This record gives sequence, C-alpha cells and structure tokens, in this order.
Amino acid sequence: MAGHDHKDHDHDHEHGSELSETQLRVRALETVLTEKGYIDPAALDAIVEAYETRVGPHNGARVIAKAWSDPAFKKALIEDATKAVGTLGHASRVGDHLVAIENTPKTHNMVVCTLCSCYPWEILGLPPVWYKSAPYRSRAVKDPRGVLAEFGVTLPKETEIRVWDSTAETRFLVLPMRPAGTEGWSEEKLASIVTRNSMIGTGIPKVTP
Amino acid sequence: MNGVHDMGGMDGFGKVEVEPNEPPFHEAWEGRVLAMQRAMGYAGAWHIDHSRFAQEQLPAKVYLSVSYYQRWALAMERNVIERGFAGADELAAGHALRPGKTLKRILTPAVVQDGLTRSSFFRQSQGPARFKVGDPVRTKNIHPPTHTRLPRYARGKLGKVEMCHGCHMYPDSVAVDQGDCPQWLYTVVFDSREIWGPDADPTVKISIDAFEPYLDPA
Repeated sequence: MAGHDHKDHDHDHEHGSELSETQLRVRALETVLTEKGYIDPAALDAIVEAYETRVGPHNGARVIAKAWSDPAFKKALIEDATKAVGTLGHASRVGDHLVAIENTPKTHNMVVCTLCSCYPWEILGLPPVWYKSAPYRSRAVKDPRGVLAEFGVTLPKETEIRVWDSTAETRFLVLPMRPAGTEGWSEEKLASIVTRNSMIGTGIPKVTP
Repeated sequence: MNGVHDMGGMDGFGKVEVEPNEPPFHEAWEGRVLAMQRAMGYAGAWHIDHSRFAQEQLPAKVYLSVSYYQRWALAMERNVIERGFAGADELAAGHALRPGKTLKRILTPAVVQDGLTRSSFFRQSQGPARFKVGDPVRTKNIHPPTHTRLPRYARGKLGKVEMCHGCHMYPDSVAVDQGDCPQWLYTVVFDSREIWGPDADPTVKISIDAFEPYLDPA
C-alpha cells in the first residue's frame, strides 16, 4: 500500500491480517449485495475479465496510430474525439466526453486528476497506481517539469507545458508527436510504440532500433 | 470540502513511483470492488459523485493510509448503509437479514458491455451560457463543506475560457442529493504564475474544467 507508514499505524493488528480483513469485508459486501438481488456475481466476473483482457492502452494506441496515419481521422479526432473514436469499434465505447489534445513542438500536454483519479478508462484501461497516487496528484500541477524528469522525459526549456486537471467528466487523451524514423510504418507497427504514458503525457513514443 | 483528497500543489508526498509491468489488479478483491461499483452504478443505486464524496469524508488519516481500492470499498460500504441498501448489521453478519430494495435495473452478463460504458453527463441547458471561449474569468473563492470539483489551488484565480463542453449535471448538487442542477462546463486555463506566484515556471499553463457557478466575469 503506497504511503503506508507503520510508525503511524495505531491499529492493533499486523499488516497481513489487515489485508485479510479487507478481503473478508469485500466478500461480505458482495454476499450481502448479491443476496439482496442488487448484483449478479457473473456480471462482476465479466467486468473483471474485461479489464484484465480487453480494455487497456492498446485501444488508445490504435487511435493514436490511426491519427498519425490518416490526416482526415486526426482532424476528426481533434474536432470530436468521442465521435471519431466511436467509429473504430472498440471493446468499450467511450461515453460522451472525450477530448484529444495534440502535442506539438511548441506545447507538451500532460493529464492529471488532482481530486481523485479521473482517467479515460475506456481507451486506456485502468489507471496505473502512480496516476492515482498522492505524489503525482499533488505535484503534476505545481512542478510538471520535475515530474516529467522522474519519468525520464526532458523537454526543451522553451517548450510550453500544459497540464490538464480532469476536474469534471471530460476525459483527455494526449495525441503524442509521431517520432521521426517511422515513415512508411503500418498502423499496427505504429501502435506498438504508443505507450500508455505517452497518452497521459508522461512519456514520449520512441523508436528502438 | 477542503479535504486531503484535494492534493493539487501540496508538498511532502515524495517522488512518483512507477511499478514496472503493473497488473490490472494486485489482489482479486480489488477487481470485485471495482466491478461492484460498476454494477451498483448501472443499477442507479448512487452516482459517481456520491462515491467521490463518500471517499472525501473518510478521516484524513484513513484516506492517506489505505490503498486506492480500500478507499473505494470503504466509500461503498458507507453508501450502501446511508442509502438504505443494507444495514451495518448485515455487512457485519456477511449475509442479508432482510429483503432488498427494488432497483431500476440489474447488471447481468448479457448487458455487461453497457456497464463498461460511461453514461452521459450531458443535460438539457437551463439557459444560455454565461461565458464564451476567450472570455477572462475569475474563479470564486469558495470553501463549501460539501463536495465540489473546484480545487483549492484554483480558487480566486484569473483565467481564460478555452473550451465550452455544453451543459452537464452539477456534482456539487448531485453529491448532496439536490438533483442534477445542470450547469455549463468550461475548460479554464491559467498561467502558472497566477496560481503559484511570480517565481513559477512561466512556460507552464494549467487548466481545470469549471462549472459555471465556479466562475465570475473578470
């Protein structure tokens, strides 16, 4: 557990039994909600399975690769990302409020949710623990260059950094710059270099020889 | 509310730690918590802002010391009990002791795809938008004790409207059961020096998505 400090821990049980306490509480919750007729455990299985196998950053990578390859799609993506992504038939539809933001030589975009963990789940999957963590949420808006450096991203001093705090139900997808050396690549090959972090703004797609 | 969840600009949390090859879930119960949240949301039991507000009301020490999905589980227990879906005695017993309420629909395997799709937050506008793209605005200096989506670091600051996202349900109202109360939603961008003072990096700009009641003309 991130940020867990045993010195501050005044519960009278051990770390290991705390986890099992959580497991027991969650099991009790699921049993009660099932017996009440509110939830169907088979549907829960299907949701877990979807996030473990189908809904992930490969969906977003396909969007980016297509935008790099097809200028008409890129234009449509910037104009209305929800609509443009909807034409690709993803495993999970994106709802109504997706906005694509384009990195340029002048501006680098990065996305955070300082208040909770808002993230474009439908095309990037579950947010990583670091995205939901206090260090990222606290620092991304105040010291984005420092945070980027911890991700190994160093930008020219004059590059403007734009931080998007996802404080409402709008969801942001960063459209990274297509790296040099990818001329003539298929969409599939392009998608293979689009990392999750590059679509959050904490990474840059790279061509590895 | 001015809780520890409102983290933007705080110091002292250390470096961002990235876990290589992070799995979708670290423990099986995390997936159950996420899936239950989705299923109860689909059933209309509560709204996402009820979940957020329940997390925000956890004692600060608890919020900071438990894991992400533990927060979700604690918030879900609170909503289950406070909204009358089950009693604390039933959660303690681990079994239903009384019949449940009737929900508008149940998430079944046949419709699970719908449970994975975000619902629409658009709502019919109640009047014309007060601001247009390019307008200077100042965020209000407000400190409601209840749920709000205006972060502390961006209160009382001068910014510019950059996008208008239409009319959306208003979290500040929804979270306290006062209805959708639809409001216009804008992306408002600030110079980092307006937020963090004259020594801030002048190449940084920060935006929030702000509901119209958060904004005054400037």
